[in-house]
Amino acid sequence: MKRLKVFGSLVKDSLDTITHGSKKYHIWMGFLTFVMLAGMYCYSIQLEHGLSVTGMTDRVSWGLYISNFTFLVGVAAAAVMLVMPTYVLKDIDFKQAVLIGEGLAVAALIMCLAFVIADMGGPSVLWHMIPGIGVFNFPNSMLTWDVLVLNGYLFLNITIPFYILFRHYQGKEAKSSVYIPGAILSVFWAVAIHLVTAFLYQGLQARPFWNNALLGPRFLASAFAAGPALIILVLAIIRNFTEFKIQDKTIKKIAMVVTVAAQINLIMLISELFKEFYAPTHHSESAYYLFFGLDGKDALLPWIWTAIPLNVLATVLLTFHKLRNNFKVLFFCCFILFIAIWIEKGFGLIVPGFIPGPYGKIAEYTPTGIEIGVTLGIWALGAFVFTILAKTAIGIELGKLKYKKKS
Amino acid sequence: MSDNNKKWFSLNLARKAHKSTGSCNCGKTSGGCGTSSNSHHMTDDEFAAAAINASIGEERTKDGFEQVFDVKMDRRTAFKKLTASLLIGAGAVSTSCSVISGDESKEKAQIDWEEQFKGNYKLMTDEEKEATVDRLVRSYQLRTGKTISMSSKNAEEDVLFGYAFNISKCQGYMDCVNACVEENNQDRDSQMQYIRIHEMKDGKGFNFNEADDNYYHEVPAQGHFYMGTQCFHCDNPPCVEVCPVQATWREDDGLVVVDYDWCVGCRYCMAACPYDGRRFNWSKPEVPEAEINHNQHYLGNRMRKKGVMEKCTFCVQRSRAGKNPACVEACPTGARIFGNLLDPNSTIRWVLENKKVFRLKEDLGTEPKFWYFMD
Repeated sequence: MKRLKVFGSLVKDSLDTITHGSKKYHIWMGFLTFVMLAGMYCYSIQLEHGLSVTGMTDRVSWGLYISNFTFLVGVAAAAVMLVMPTYVLKDIDFKQAVLIGEGLAVAALIMCLAFVIADMGGPSVLWHMIPGIGVFNFPNSMLTWDVLVLNGYLFLNITIPFYILFRHYQGKEAKSSVYIPGAILSVFWAVAIHLVTAFLYQGLQARPFWNNALLGPRFLASAFAAGPALIILVLAIIRNFTEFKIQDKTIKKIAMVVTVAAQINLIMLISELFKEFYAPTHHSESAYYLFFGLDGKDALLPWIWTAIPLNVLATVLLTFHKLRNNFKVLFFCCFILFIAIWIEKGFGLIVPGFIPGPYGKIAEYTPTGIEIGVTLGIWALGAFVFTILAKTAIGIELGKLKYKKKS
Repeated sequence: MSDNNKKWFSLNLARKAHKSTGSCNCGKTSGGCGTSSNSHHMTDDEFAAAAINASIGEERTKDGFEQVFDVKMDRRTAFKKLTASLLIGAGAVSTSCSVISGDESKEKAQIDWEEQFKGNYKLMTDEEKEATVDRLVRSYQLRTGKTISMSSKNAEEDVLFGYAFNISKCQGYMDCVNACVEENNQDRDSQMQYIRIHEMKDGKGFNFNEADDNYYHEVPAQGHFYMGTQCFHCDNPPCVEVCPVQATWREDDGLVVVDYDWCVGCRYCMAACPYDGRRFNWSKPEVPEAEINHNQHYLGNRMRKKGVMEKCTFCVQRSRAGKNPACVEACPTGARIFGNLLDPNSTIRWVLENKKVFRLKEDLGTEPKFWYFMD
């Protein structure tokens, strides 16, 4: 009963925190709400007319939604790069950042689930997928694995920070014996969500572009580059706009993680390019389409040739300690690296899988306005969720939010 | 080939021995010798029973409502389920209990309610299959005033459907495509077609990259030959493996079918199909009332809805009634041959035994039941 009371008070207090703030905060939240509403309007059109309002066709049957889904699974998995040093290796530096990282993971997972649902043809019969009520094709279908690991990871990333914050809210220390097992589990789980998502594509013999043993490891490397890069940017923003103190050395350590992951990612990219172009086979056509275009169809060229130079530039800049330790350069690098990986692992990965088609048909894909609207709406939803979570967490950590016994 | 008693060449990738569909020891490379025995059928069935038992256990004997409601559960889950169904059912109930709406709309609401919460067709008993078919027929009658006939006929024993395509004979007339669209009630707006005819240049071999599957000119065009593709009803179908809800499966007679009412529309099967055999309803399928084929099968040409997968079923409504699929019947050149692979006297068996047959992308281990040959 007492816990329930504390929880009620926490909800009330956090509602109070998230509805009050500076003018900039209100403008930010208002803007996100507007984008979300616009996205919902676009989605209502899609519900009404079906997925024909998107740019997807029988030839390219997955597009922007699944691309963003794939990328965001990586962002969610990246929280582990902060969790591990803090909770498992006892490196106290990260403790400040880790709650932010986990909040980011929750937001990213909510976006993932929203993207998958947006991509469904029949959201009204989604209960067919609920184990026990529907028919869950486990373990045959990798998609059911993905449903399990994503929801499990979401659960872990909600409960661990919630426990810690709940204790801090009452002015108590969080017991490490309670959250450390969860934290260790989430380290393995994070690798699992990304590997399973990669297997979703890797296991399809029909699509040679994806049916490639390097896909899973490369997913991990790029995720551990793009995710922490986003965390650095978010920490920089939080440092600027709140009193929450994040030490320079925390950011520098995360930058180290980004750098190593980006370097590994680049090596794997070179390995992939070598395989596709040194002795090109019939199966290299998708890569040809992506990098050079096929039969004059070259919609992805501007994107991939933006992504590759950005990727290389960011990795090279980050490699030099002097440049990396200069925060202006670091933030710039993180930003371009994030964009580069979003392109490369989003539609740079999904769309070429379908082009050329099983019989060599080259039909291109261009997202429609409605599709882009829904996508932006879901990104706004993620940012909205993250802002709420971060604001409450920061409030508790700074001691502004505290449980007061009413007696 | 001869050591594992296969009727056709098989890579045996990821396939278990029980799946062999014939047992002859003649050693022929392009077909069976006509001595296939029936014993393997029992093992097939037994295996299927064991597999279903292992994978779904209790749900096998229950279906429809029972699959959902007649399960052991604790109070918490019971409450959860009750709340969920109450919320969704509120609308339907309010319509069906309303005093001002007529009996028909009550019945409609009742049918919609039952249809929304029915189980997976694959797991239904025969009675449940009939019940859902009756509901669908009645629903169509209430909505349009027209009567359709819909079958829920199961696969017959000792039947395994196969298809052969004579590349020498096909002239690219596309009569098969048109017959297929009419027979199977495909969406006319998006011009959905299960069959694609690839026009290939002579002297280039089977070069799909340079082929045109969307031609609008007089055929046969000089210096070209034609090759049709559709769903190959693989014996080891990748699309079935990946479906998260088992909305698509291989029937006992080899047909790979979709339960349109169970499909959630994730399109994973589409990505998994190496043969471009699957189609998606990107918007609500429209067929003019006058053109609707009223002779339907639950797994075949009944009306689909928006956001679900569909595909060639070898015209299950025809083939299980002992007729040829519409494409075979419509073909003016006789390039298409369909029949029972387990019947040693069938034409398809004659083709497999006497022609040099091949299949597409055999290296993927999908075991298509669709062969190509030349005169």
